[in-house]
Parts: sequence; C-alpha cells; structure tokens
Amino acid sequence: MKILVAVKRVIDYNVQIRVKEDGTGVVTDNVKMSTNPPDDNAIEEAVKIKEAGKATEVVAVTVGEEKAQETVRKALAVGADRGIHVKVDGILEPLAVSKILQKIVDKEKPDLVFMGKQAIDDDCNQTGQMLSALLNWPQATFASKIDVKDNKLEVTREIDEGLETIEINVPAIVTCDLRLNEPRYASLPNIMKAKKKPIEEIAASDLGVDVSPRLEQLKVEEPPKRKAGIKVANVAELVQKLKNEAKVI
Amino acid sequence: MAVLLIAEHNNKELRPFTLNAATAASQIDSDVHAVIIGQNSADAAKQLSELPVVKKVLSVEGAHYENFTAENFAPVVVKLAENYSHIVCSANTFGKNLMPRIAAHLDTSQVSDIIKVISPDTFLRPIYAGNAFATIKSNDPKKCVTIRPTSFDPCESTGGSAPIEKVDASEEFSNTKFIKREEIKSDRPELGTARIVVSGGRGMQSGDNFKLITEIADKLGAAIGASRAAVDAGYISNDHQVGQTGKVVVPDLYIAVGISGAIQHLAGMKESKVIVAINKDGEAPIFSVADYGLEADLFEALPQFMEELNKLNTIQK
Repeated sequence: MKILVAVKRVIDYNVQIRVKEDGTGVVTDNVKMSTNPPDDNAIEEAVKIKEAGKATEVVAVTVGEEKAQETVRKALAVGADRGIHVKVDGILEPLAVSKILQKIVDKEKPDLVFMGKQAIDDDCNQTGQMLSALLNWPQATFASKIDVKDNKLEVTREIDEGLETIEINVPAIVTCDLRLNEPRYASLPNIMKAKKKPIEEIAASDLGVDVSPRLEQLKVEEPPKRKAGIKVANVAELVQKLKNEAKVI
Repeated sequence: MAVLLIAEHNNKELRPFTLNAATAASQIDSDVHAVIIGQNSADAAKQLSELPVVKKVLSVEGAHYENFTAENFAPVVVKLAENYSHIVCSANTFGKNLMPRIAAHLDTSQVSDIIKVISPDTFLRPIYAGNAFATIKSNDPKKCVTIRPTSFDPCESTGGSAPIEKVDASEEFSNTKFIKREEIKSDRPELGTARIVVSGGRGMQSGDNFKLITEIADKLGAAIGASRAAVDAGYISNDHQVGQTGKVVVPDLYIAVGISGAIQHLAGMKESKVIVAINKDGEAPIFSVADYGLEADLFEALPQFMEELNKLNTIQK
C-alpha cells in the first residue's frame, strides 16, 4: 500500500497573529512558520502504518511557494520516503489545492491520501472532502483512530455527538484529527538523512489546473476586542457579581 | 434564484442548528427551500415544513441515507443545485463533512463558517482561530456556504406550512459503510446551545475531578465543556471540546476552570456574553478575555462556589 500525505505550511500555532494595517491580510514577514498541526498527525499515522508493515511507501506532498518545501523536508525527517513540491505562488483556495492533488494522485496512484482535517490559517476544512469528491473516493473525515485491514480501513471519526465508526474501501481519503496520534520529533540524524531524500519539484502550471481564486478577500480586520474585566477577591464576590451585576445566574 | 438549505436531523426530528442555518439562508434570499435526506424521516420533514422561513421542502428517502454519509448525500444535493443560487448548511461536523464534497462537484469555491451575511455574495468569516475577520466575496455562479450556527439566531419553528415534495433518491455509494455511532447521552443541555457552560481544563488533573464541574453544571442547568488538553488527557470525551477544532459556543455565561486559555481554546468561547476564569496562575491568558477573574486553586474554589450557589434563593434556569 502506498500512502500520499498532503502537508501545508502555516503560521505556527503559538504565534499571536497580527492583522495588517491596510486590511489586506495578516502579517507573515518574520513570523515563525511550521507544518499545519493536524498534517503532522497525518504524516505520523502514515509512517506508523508503514512501520507496522502495512504500507510500502509514504510520499509527502505540499502545494505552495518556495518555502513550503520546508514542510516536506520535515515530513521526510520523521519517516516519509520521498517528497513532492508543487510550486505555486499567491493565494490558493482549497478547491485549487484539491485539483492539484487530484493530478498528483493520477500520477502517483496511491492507495490512501492522508491530510489534516483543517488548516489552522484559513480554517476552511475543505480540501480532503473536495479531493475525495473529485476522485469519487470514500472519505473518512476527522479521524481519531485508523485500523488498516487488507483493502479496507476502519476509521473512528470525531463528530459533534460523540464518535462514529465507518469502514471504507481503498483507495480512500482520510482527514486526521489532532487526537489520532502523538507526532514524533525528528532526531538530528534523521534530519541529516532527510536532506538526502528526493523532493520532486513540479510547477503547478505544468499540471494544467486553473488555480485562479474564485473568492475575493475584500478586507481583513481585527475582531472586536472584549473590554477588560476585573479580578474578584474570592468566590463569594464572584457569585454576587454574577447574580447582581451580570445577572446571569 | 432560491437558496437551498440542507436540513440536519436524526431521522426523527430536526437537529437544532437547522433553525440557525435557516435564518442565515433567509438573510441571503427570502426564497428558501429545504432538502431533507434520510430514512423514515417524514416527521422531521413535517417539522421542516413548519418553519415559516421555508417555502418548500424537498424530501429524499432511502435506506442508504439513514446514517448521513456524505458520499450518499452529495449527489442528491448536486442534482438539485441546478435550480438554486446558494446551498447552505451548518458548519458543524455534519456540514463540514458534506458541503465541500458538494462544492467540488459543482466546481465552486466554498465559503466556510460565515458569521454574517453582508450581501448575497459577500460574507464575514473568522480566520486564524477567530483572531482576524475576513470579508469574502464569492464570484462563483453557485455559492456553497456553511454558517457558524452560534452566530445566527434560530428561526421560528412553528406557523409555516410549506409543501413537501418527494424527490428521487440517488444511487448508493458502496465504498463507504457505516458501522456504528457512539452518542454520549446526557440530560444536560447541549453544549452548542446551552445558556451556561462550565468548562474544565488540564488543571482538573483527572477525570474524577470533573465531578466538581458536573455538580456546579447541574446546579446551574449548564452544559459541560472542556479544553483540548483535558480531552487529550482522557478526562472527558471529545464531544465536550470547545475551541478551534472543537465546538464554538456563545453562552450567556462561560466559566473556564483550570484552563490556561490557549489561542485555540479562546477561538471557541471568546464571544460568550460573560466569561469567568478560575485559575491559580494569575498570568494565564484566559484572564485577558474574562469579565470576572478569580485567581485561586480550583480545588478550593469549586467547593466554595457550590456552597455559595446553595446559599442563593433562586437560580435562573
């Protein structure tokens, strides 16, 4: 079984983002970037499946600007075998990314495609579902547990009401939840080894996919700020305030 | 052209966020039709027809719709989409799972999780865990929009009498099989719609200690929430998680106990009307969004809180 894992480079989850004063977006200059957190879970799961002898190859793919390649390199350092970087500049909507990934799937013919359930920058939560629609493959979204059984996967999904278990036939798409596993850290020797692993570079324009945005981002602004609250001295004061001032209990 | 709302239900009745999505749909265009896809879902279809904002109900029945599998739902909506300018549903796990599949089939760029309808083609949505708001204009001829339920009031649920039209089922998608659903049943209010939410974080230290939260929640008629850290640690099940990758809640009162307030947690609760933080670390970021902050050891504060509540003559429910 061959697993393709899609990873995205985003502003690091610990960074307090700042909105640009001209309203065109958020500040990304000199801001720490890293792999979208649930994409790390996707890589980890693919590597674990390979280590268990149930997959033969793990290929990491990213779509984005020059520096997006760092995320592929990181995936190689934690166990992916080789990488693909589809180069494209500018804003990419999930629809465009899923069309590019479809081309990569056509070329690579993986049995499974894994990715994070959502990117923490645009918070769209679309790409996996869109890719599975384009391929007409089954989708297991928000996966918190994956059992590989021959040509099937049994996947536990996190839904609003609790948990749901489905069985999907391979080939299939899985989007990963943060609770799927604990991503490993790359060891220094593995980081060094990863530098020798191949990353194929493909220009998005060579794939014949129209990636022009369909959505216009008219403005990005700061959300309304909450007014500063107060500290209360003790529990009795807190309850009194909630009862008599806020009138919520 | 009219707006098509996708109803969320459990085959017996509508799920509550359908009413919020109906409100958003009616703000896009007053001509709202609603599709309900299910198995033996006639009662839910009737409920849908009684929403005054809904002008027509399309009912699709089939055994393969019983478990809401997106691969089975999407073709139905794609076929109906021809007659509509917008497809709308909630941005909860139901809609998140389904809508992108529809959008890709229609070759349209979905607008996810909107919090405001500015005009029929322009929407406000949070990005970066709610740390920025983006105004987005869609130039696609058909627009697929998911709405953040807590940002729209539920519509009226009675008084309407829309006609119910049967629509043919689509073929079954055979590569996905539903096995089981483990729903956590509780007598408490639903987290997404509760008036009061009491949430615990890593500071709770164990699942057993959550009983301190449970007691207070029961006293207040509140739902129980949790930070991701508490869920990851196994203190409580995933359906309680509040945050960027969990649920977004906007209660009248949100009480955060032993929660430090990571950006990702704040994303799920900072629009709450009144926020209380109880934490022994006075520097915890949760205090920056709290209306009332109490710097205290929660293991002392929670029993005292319960005592103080017991002293009150009345408690709003």
